[in-house]
Formats: sequence, structure tokens, C-alpha cells
Amino acid sequence: MTRVKLLVTCLIDTVYPQVGFSTVALLERLGVTVDVPPNQTCCGQPAFNSGSWDDARAMARHLIDVFGDDDVPVVVPSGSCGDMVIHQAPHLLKDDSQYGPRAAALAARTYELTQFIVDVLGVTDVGARSGDRLTYHPACHGLRGLGVARQPLALLERVEGPPRCPLPEAETCCGFGGLFAVKLSEVSGSLLDRKIANIEASGADTLVATDVSCLMHIAGGLHRKGSAVKVKHLAEVLAEGRSQ
Amino acid sequence: MSTSPATFYERVDKAIGNPALQAAVRNATSRMSSGRDAAIAAFPEMDVMRDHARAIRAHTIARLDHYLREFEASVQRRGGHVHWAATSEEAVAIVVDIARQHGVKTVVKGKSMVSEEIELNPGLALAGVEVLETDLGEYIVQLDDDHPSHIVMPIIHKSRHDVARLFRAKLQATDDEVADAPRMAALARRVLRKGFLQADMGISGGNFGVAATGSVCITTNEGNGRMTTSLPRVHVALMGIERIVPTLDDLGVMLQVLGRSATGQKLTVYSNVMSGPRRHDRNGGREGESDGPEHFHVVLVDNGRSAIVGSELAEILYCIRCGACLNSCPVYQQIGGHAYGSIYPGPVGAVLMPALQGLHTWRDLPQASSLCGACREVCPVRIDIPRMLLELRDKTTELGLTPIWVTFGLTVFRQIATRPALFRRAQALASWATRRLATDGWIKSLPGHMARWSKKRDFPAFAPKTFQQLWEGRKR
Ligand code: SF4
Repeated sequence: MTRVKLLVTCLIDTVYPQVGFSTVALLERLGVTVDVPPNQTCCGQPAFNSGSWDDARAMARHLIDVFGDDDVPVVVPSGSCGDMVIHQAPHLLKDDSQYGPRAAALAARTYELTQFIVDVLGVTDVGARSGDRLTYHPACHGLRGLGVARQPLALLERVEGPPRCPLPEAETCCGFGGLFAVKLSEVSGSLLDRKIANIEASGADTLVATDVSCLMHIAGGLHRKGSAVKVKHLAEVLAEGRSQ
Repeated sequence: MSTSPATFYERVDKAIGNPALQAAVRNATSRMSSGRDAAIAAFPEMDVMRDHARAIRAHTIARLDHYLREFEASVQRRGGHVHWAATSEEAVAIVVDIARQHGVKTVVKGKSMVSEEIELNPGLALAGVEVLETDLGEYIVQLDDDHPSHIVMPIIHKSRHDVARLFRAKLQATDDEVADAPRMAALARRVLRKGFLQADMGISGGNFGVAATGSVCITTNEGNGRMTTSLPRVHVALMGIERIVPTLDDLGVMLQVLGRSATGQKLTVYSNVMSGPRRHDRNGGREGESDGPEHFHVVLVDNGRSAIVGSELAEILYCIRCGACLNSCPVYQQIGGHAYGSIYPGPVGAVLMPALQGLHTWRDLPQASSLCGACREVCPVRIDIPRMLLELRDKTTELGLTPIWVTFGLTVFRQIATRPALFRRAQALASWATRRLATDGWIKSLPGHMARWSKKRDFPAFAPKTFQQLWEGRKR
């Protein structure tokens, strides 16, 4: 039986616990046993992106200690946290004789959720059904950082229910970018406006993505505008089984 | 031009408040981007070609000394002159000197970003030399006393109507002469034609210098480059020292990726490869070349470049100035080039400006990115711009230039996030606080620096119980 460790991510842990449970439910339905290391906190991405690399290193080391040195795969339902663990942490710690090799080993066994389901488990039909009109925003870090492009689309394609709604300018950033949305709030906001206009033009009632940070940003914009469009993490969509 | 007096953030706000500018920039960049995408879709070898182009650039920059010396020797062998300029002041002084030597009164100029970088035109004007820009966009920039806002399309921030208004004011154009773009171009051409025939000296940029042959290659779509470099009796080519490729074969590779990435063209319309001055045959007979300048000068401009070689930013020297990263950048698309306040705007500029001139002046540019990676995806030589923006942000913090609220906030966060028990308590506190501030699960206005978030979007209240708490409960 396949066993994995779930990297919950601090945002899912704190703001969107239901996404964590959907991820677990989905993986369990696929026959995977999920462990959740209790002492995990944040992967350090906010500090890394803002140039506080010493702080980011400390958080990356903590993460490495928490996930240990076994060979149990680590699954993370976020492209940007995945990119942090897979690409950035090894880069940050490359001169650290103790943690450098451990960071590289952790990176090698870490998978973004859809990568794990499609590429490792070899599954695209997870038995999901959704009554929503779904449109999909490929969040930038998963798409270009990890190269996760076809996996979420393959999974979505097999979800039963109304046809998907293509999103115009799908691959254009929603403007989140962590503290970028605070520092350059106006630029970020005008990108958000553009993303929302495209979402509304798609005719969908639900926007799906694989990163809750972008979803939080887009949902905040949709709510400000009084839009009726909802947002969902892909795991939430995939966890809705056909039998339910 | 160095930083304009307004701050970066003020310029950004001004750009965001200008929907006409945003529309113009978005139209032009999306046209260029789709052109690029189509050209690349039609050329399956592009991926291999890009790898090849990158390898050529990496190889050259790693041995830049060697290839520069070879280039210099090759130019000299062909009867040309090479000048080395360590700074912009030196570069301007060299060009002014050349003009004096040859008794030059008027200059026609092709498009050159390096000439903008070294502020050549004001320098020449001071020396009493009259300069006429001959690239249509640059001509318009010059007439309007403006600055280019894109490295390939200097005036994408202007509409056709802006140009018509300018031509009426400055050239006393009639309504008929500015009725449409072709007629405006025809009017400009009449002015420029005269300039070409009168000029004593032509100044061009240089897209590439070929070390093996001492050739300078320039690419244009208007043919002005060809006239600039062949009609006047003196030709001066201005190039950054990093513009070298080893051989003509390498040049062929670069041209194939350049045209497609810049404008979606298989090849730019005019690709001129110039090797030395016009050659006469020894007896003045018919064997010599029928045209070309009598004097051929290349000015190699360092101006901060050699300091980048060997650093973690060296990759930015691979850049071939195609502009694809500008066109693909969502931030550039929203604010245009002038907001950056720099000669080189957009993603490439956000790395190049601090690399050339330091973070003290350009600390804001590396922040002007959501790190979405679109620039890396389109770059013909696969420069990892986001990685370098991150390196620069780290340097900014090291230099003490990152705002305290960011560095302090993150240090506190790190202290909490490396102590799980404390982290759990902080989560509980944050959950309590956000839920107090929220109505129906949403916060309309956040306190402190986070207020800027809530200017444009609501913020969610955190969950009453964390995943970890609920997971504990489930296990029991
Ligand atoms: S960085 Fe790359 S994409 Fe940008 S201008 Fe240079 S070569 Fe073109």
C-alpha cells in the first residue's frame, strides 16, 4: 500500500483546512495512506520571495527536520510551496554541508498533488463528479516553476458533469505574488481585475486552481466585486465522488 | 536618463491611472506576443535552436576577454578602428572625438539602446553636432523630446493620434499628411531622406559583433539602418561589450531566434553584416566596393558590464534584446516602460539596471514582479530572470534597503514558524483576530501595511480550527 506524508502548507492549515481534508479524502480513495507530520509550519516561501533568505533558510531547515530522511513520498497540494521545496530550498541550502544534501533528497521525493496522482499513481479518472460549471486557472508557480500543465487538465477532463468553460488568457498571472500584492497593490489589483473579467467571460460559476494562495487572492477580488463565482481548490472538486 | 524625480511607486500609480496608456501597451504587447507564439509554433526546431543560442551566448560570455580581443584584431585587419569605453562619459567623449576628427556637423542615427544608456544625443548636441534619429519610432521620440518605453518598439506608449498631433505641431503637417499611418510614415521619410543625404556621419547600434570576421550586424525593419551605415562617409557602431558572437554561423543561429522572439518574423527584414570600411582597389579602379563608409569605427561600451561577468547575474549578459520578456510580462503590460524609470524596462531591465548601476538606485525594480515566470518561458536564450530577481531581492536585504516592516515581520514570522508550539498559538491568535475583523467571513479593510491589500480585494477570516487541530480530533 502506498504511504505518503502530506505537506499541508501553512495557508491551508490556517485558512482553508477543508482543502487539506479533501486532499486526504482524495488520496485515501486512491488507496493511499496519508501521514501528517504534526510539527510542520511554513516552507519559508514568503521570506524567500521577499529577499529574507536567512529567515527562509531557517524555515527550510525546520521543514527538512520535520519531514525526515526516509523515502516516503511527500505530497503538497500547492504548486508554489511545491516549487519552494523542490527547487528553491536546495538552491538556498546548497552551501550547507548538513542540510544541503538533505534538501536535495527531500526535493527528489516531493510531488505536487496532481503530479503525484497522474505521474506516480498513473490515475487520471479519480471517480469525481461535479455539478459546477468549472473553469481552470493554471497558477504560475505550478505551471512554469514545476512544469505542471497537463496533469490538472487531465484530471479535470475526467470529472463528470457540465462541460468545462475555457478561461481566456488562462496563463496570465492573477497578480498575487505574495507581498507583491501589498507592495505593488495597484498593479496586482489591475491584474486581478483582468483575471476576474476573464473568469466572468468564461461563463463558469466556479474557478478551480491548485494553489490556495492564488485562490485567496482571486476570491478576495470576486467578493469585493460582489461576483457570484465561487473558487475551489482542484482537490475539493476531485474529492466529490460520483457515488455521493 | 537616470531615475526621474518621481519615485517608482508614483510613476506606477500614474501609469495605472492612465487607461489609454494601458490599452496602447496591452494592444501592442499582445500583438507581439501572439506573433511570437505563431512564429514559434510554425518552427518545430525552435526549442533546439534556443538551446543552441543559449549555449553560444554562455560560451561567449564565459570567454568574453578572448573573443573581444579576437573581434578587435579582426576589425583592425579589415581597416576599421576599435575604441574601448569604460564608462558612458568615455563613450560619449570617444564619439565626439571621432566627429571632430572628421569635421562632422550632422549625424544620422539608427536605433541603439546603448546610445540611450550613455546619453549620447545630449553629448553630441553639446559638442555642436546635429543628430537626426532615423528609426521612425526613435524619430518620433526625438521630435517629442520623449524617451523610448520599449527596447524594440520605442513608442508603444503612443497612439496614432498622439503622433498625428505631434507631426502637426512640430512639422506643420497638414490634415491630409497625418490622415493615416502610411501617410505619416511617408512624411517622416521625406524629412529623413534629406538627413541621410546631408549627414557626414552615421551612428548605429550593433546587435552582434562577429569575432572571427570583425563584422557588425544590425537588424532593422525599416531599412534606415542600411542607409545610416552606408551613405555617410563615417560610420560609428556602438555596442555593449557583451554583444559578441564567435563566428558567422553563430550569428545565423542568433538571427533565427531573434526575429521570431522579437516580432514573430522568421528574419528581421534587413539584417546588415558590415565588415570594415569601403574597400577601394589599389589603383582606384573598378575592383573596389561601390559603396560604404570611408571610415569604420566600433565603440565597445563596458559601463558596468565587465563587473557582471562571473557574478550570479552573469546570465543577463546573454540577453539579445529581443523584447519578448517585456511583451509577455503582465506587470509591463499593465504599466508600460516609462514607469520603470530606466533605459531598459520590463523583466530584463529589472535585472540589468541594478546589475549595471547598483541596487541603491534601482532597488524597486526587482520588486516589480509577481515571479510568474512568463519572461523565462519566452526568452530565446532561456535566461532565468525570476531567479535573478530573487537574488537581487536577497542582495537588497543584505544592503539594508528592504523596508523594515518586511524584514522585521519576516524575522518574527521565522521565529514563530520554527517553533511549532508557538506557531499553533500564533495561528489561534490570528484566527481570533481575523474573525473579529470580518463580517460574514470577509475583512474589508486591513490594518497597517496590509491595508494596501484590502484596497483592491477582501481578505478571508481564518478558519476557527486549523487543519492540524481537526486532524488530531479525527485520529482520536
Ligand atoms: S532577457 Fe531574453 S526575452 Fe528579455 S530581451 Fe533579453 S533575450 Fe529577449
